[in-house]
Amino acid sequence: MPATLSTVAYVGATILFILSLGGLSNPESSRRGNLYGMVGMAIAVLATVLGPNVTTAGLPWILGAMAVGAAIGLYAARFVKMTQMPELVALMHSLVGLAAVLIGYANYIDPAATGHLQGAEKTIHELEIYAGILIGAVTFSGSIIAFGKLSAKIGGKPMLLPGRHWINLLGLLVVLWCGGWFIQTPSVDAGMKPLAIMTVIALLFGIHMVMAIGGADMPVVVSMLNSYSGWAAAATGFMLSNDLLIVTGALVGSSGAILSYIMCRAMNRNFISVIAGGFGTGGGTAPAATGAQPAGEVAPISAAETAELLRNAKNVIIVPGYGMAVAQAQHAVFEITKLLREKGVNVRFGIHPVAGRMPGHMNVLLAEAKVPYDIVMEMDEINQDFPDTDVAMVIGANDIVNPAAQEDPASPIAGMPVLEVWKGKTSIVMKRSMASGYAGVDNPLFYKDNNRMLFGDAKKMLDEVLMSLKT
Amino acid sequence: MPQLIGVPRETAAGEKRVATVPEVVEKLIKLGFRVAVQSGAGDAANFADETYRAAGAEVVPEVWGSADIIFKVRAPTTAEVGRIREGQTLVSFLWPAQNPELMQALAAKKATVLAMDSVPRISRAQKLDALSSMANIAGYRAVVEAAHHFGRFFTGQITAAGKVPPAKVFIIGAGVAGLAAIGAAAGLGAIVRANDTRPEVGDQIKSLGGEFVPVDYVEEGSGTGGYAKVMSEGFQKAQRETFAKQAKEVDIIITTALIPGKPAPKLITAEMVRSMKPGSVIVDLAAEQGGNCELTEPGQVVVKHGVTIIGYADLPSRLAKQSSTLYATNLLRLTEELCKAKDGSIVVNMDDEVIRGTTVIKDGAITWPPPAPKLSAAPPKPAAKPMPPAPKGHGAAGAPASAKSTAIVFLVAAVLFWFIGANAPAAFIAHFTVFVLACFVGYMVIWNVTPALHTPLMSVTNAISSIIAIGALVQVAPPMVDVAGRPTAWIVGLAVVSIALVAVNMFGGFAVTQRMLQMFRK
Repeated sequence: MPATLSTVAYVGATILFILSLGGLSNPESSRRGNLYGMVGMAIAVLATVLGPNVTTAGLPWILGAMAVGAAIGLYAARFVKMTQMPELVALMHSLVGLAAVLIGYANYIDPAATGHLQGAEKTIHELEIYAGILIGAVTFSGSIIAFGKLSAKIGGKPMLLPGRHWINLLGLLVVLWCGGWFIQTPSVDAGMKPLAIMTVIALLFGIHMVMAIGGADMPVVVSMLNSYSGWAAAATGFMLSNDLLIVTGALVGSSGAILSYIMCRAMNRNFISVIAGGFGTGGGTAPAATGAQPAGEVAPISAAETAELLRNAKNVIIVPGYGMAVAQAQHAVFEITKLLREKGVNVRFGIHPVAGRMPGHMNVLLAEAKVPYDIVMEMDEINQDFPDTDVAMVIGANDIVNPAAQEDPASPIAGMPVLEVWKGKTSIVMKRSMASGYAGVDNPLFYKDNNRMLFGDAKKMLDEVLMSLKT
Repeated sequence: MPQLIGVPRETAAGEKRVATVPEVVEKLIKLGFRVAVQSGAGDAANFADETYRAAGAEVVPEVWGSADIIFKVRAPTTAEVGRIREGQTLVSFLWPAQNPELMQALAAKKATVLAMDSVPRISRAQKLDALSSMANIAGYRAVVEAAHHFGRFFTGQITAAGKVPPAKVFIIGAGVAGLAAIGAAAGLGAIVRANDTRPEVGDQIKSLGGEFVPVDYVEEGSGTGGYAKVMSEGFQKAQRETFAKQAKEVDIIITTALIPGKPAPKLITAEMVRSMKPGSVIVDLAAEQGGNCELTEPGQVVVKHGVTIIGYADLPSRLAKQSSTLYATNLLRLTEELCKAKDGSIVVNMDDEVIRGTTVIKDGAITWPPPAPKLSAAPPKPAAKPMPPAPKGHGAAGAPASAKSTAIVFLVAAVLFWFIGANAPAAFIAHFTVFVLACFVGYMVIWNVTPALHTPLMSVTNAISSIIAIGALVQVAPPMVDVAGRPTAWIVGLAVVSIALVAVNMFGGFAVTQRMLQMFRK
């Protein structure tokens, strides 16, 4: 295959990737969008393998590696539980990051790639290698830690080292200094030292950055790592002078960046403060104690009474949160929804942008449980409907339904957009205990007169509610 | 020593209610109190002495002498006032504004008196708002009384014997009683219309199945504390015209209009009654305060111009079991407020807004009227929107940034571009162009993605980012491998590992995205 043909194939692949992302604008076209993505990827890989840069000698290696990777990937995709999606996505980001590091090193030690370059071109090329490895390493270690946190192998609480901002700053200075050293080294062997130092620091930085972030900020972190994996691909594209890589990397990078922005806005926090670390821990954010402590009493309710309320309701809005994912309660939720809808109750779902541990996490879980997507609403779509709602049922969510965000300017989450469940005639909060949410803020919703608390494991309680509804 | 709560039998003629019920007695005892019920106190409400005894109360012939706290329904009679001891606490309906002599007499006894009709109208006090409990029952009972005296069905029917038109019910005043009446009448199948001087209750009327009939005149009718206030002359004229029109059309009128501390407004004139169809019914819930209808005779049912006018003042008492239970629960909530320590003795804490408002005499000193309540039960005026609408995220990143910050961004970008343009080689510039344009394409495309698909978006972008495989593919076996000293083994090793890693992503990412998208269905 001549070089021009493979270049044209790359253009085709680029277009298909853009169409693929465009297809996700609604669920109808999304399946076709994914198909575009697969076709684009197949074209790109085939054009490369059959193109002028790969000789037949490499084919066995390529096929072997591909087969191994594909088997693992398909296995994981087939058997992953939908509640584990955030972990899987984080783990996959780490693979892209690691690949970017390895490719950067391979490119650096390859005299065929670097030997002929001189002057500014050589400097820029080395900077590209340096940047590619840097971003790749941060993505890799950050994603591994994110995976650990999401799969609860590492505790969700932010780990805050003393003087962590200074540690980060020091790391950055060393990385810059190594960069200067690196581009002045005359030979590959001499350049390995600063490159290795930088890689270690980048890995440590990735670990430190994600360790310092609390569980509720995970959606931001996951989408940020998504963005980084894109920038790593783009940097690799610069390194290899490959436009397809640059375009695709930029698409993915900006996609992740926009998602991070949306998530931050949904929490009314800015990106820097999320990255800088945990909630309610001094430093940037005000301590929770300054907010007014809610007073009053909490009214508990039983599963049978909940069923009674639901049976007599006309409009029900269910607000799921991470607790539903933890308890794997989405199927029970669907059974209840189905039963109520058969009885003519208007059941809908209100999804907060940061509910769960990943953008869109709740939507995927509900879709898995076969909840039709046209009754699953965004926060902005459904918030004005709460006053007409008979029962607003909150399943394992806390901060995203906290009225203090609107009512108490001293609250650490003041100004964060929240689902206004307390405006419903009755709200029921399903929760294990009275513990506060990730933001560490007490929730005045629990003390409202029209609120009832259904304590217990969400799955178990919903099963009981379902039993009562059926009788 | 736990305090003794005494519940005497009501002495007012026709009063069937009782101030506590066995169910509540148990809870009072759990709060640490002892409870004594006068023998026969609950008979009229179908609560026998044995049930009280089973619940843990002492049933005694007389409670005034021994009790520390007296729970009553009606305000005490002169004879009862005479039996109150110094330091005793009395809880009952009292109407301090209408009964100044009674207040003086109670104050002279150096008692502490809590009036259940003076509970402040704030959210926290709703659970002890006995007026609302009673009004709710009165509204329901008003419909039942009307149905009893009305010669037709409420609901429309097509029967073998012909068509029955539905009854039309007009309800004046959509307070607690009015709303209860709307719900009950709509439940029986009648066509329900309702009017209120406060426009904000329109939605509540609709929510219960009623139709809001506004008066065609602009004036704000909400007084303090969620009650209505006296309206202007012009408004009253427009209101009379509205009511006259309704009177000609409807079969049943239920009036619930009350203004605190004032005689009930005369809303239904003799003229309007005459214009109603024969057999129609008027239920006047304001009869005790003089009646909303000119022809009402308090406590009586009269027929005038062919219209039955019901002026019962004791509607809650006619549903004695229900009203006793609710009233007793209201008293229990009050007791909980008074006895935060749950140690069987009450503390009249005048710093507590609810207790301050309810207490009309404290140790012989008259403390009524209380300072104005801080919060209205009615929603604040529409001017106080809680939050500006958040900028909608699709298609644009919110409001345009200010001119100054935009200028700064452009300036920084210009400097950066100049620096790159001045120093970088041509090949880099070409890639740089592609990169910047691709970022913009990504920006435009991603804003259109629906939030419900954010997880598939992440997994598909993750799959797409495995395009980085190309970087490894070209390293495995490039055409010119004759450069001296090339560490081929290392390069191939690194590249093959990279390909394997990325292939996991490539296949796994697309497959899992497909699996997720299959799940989204209508």
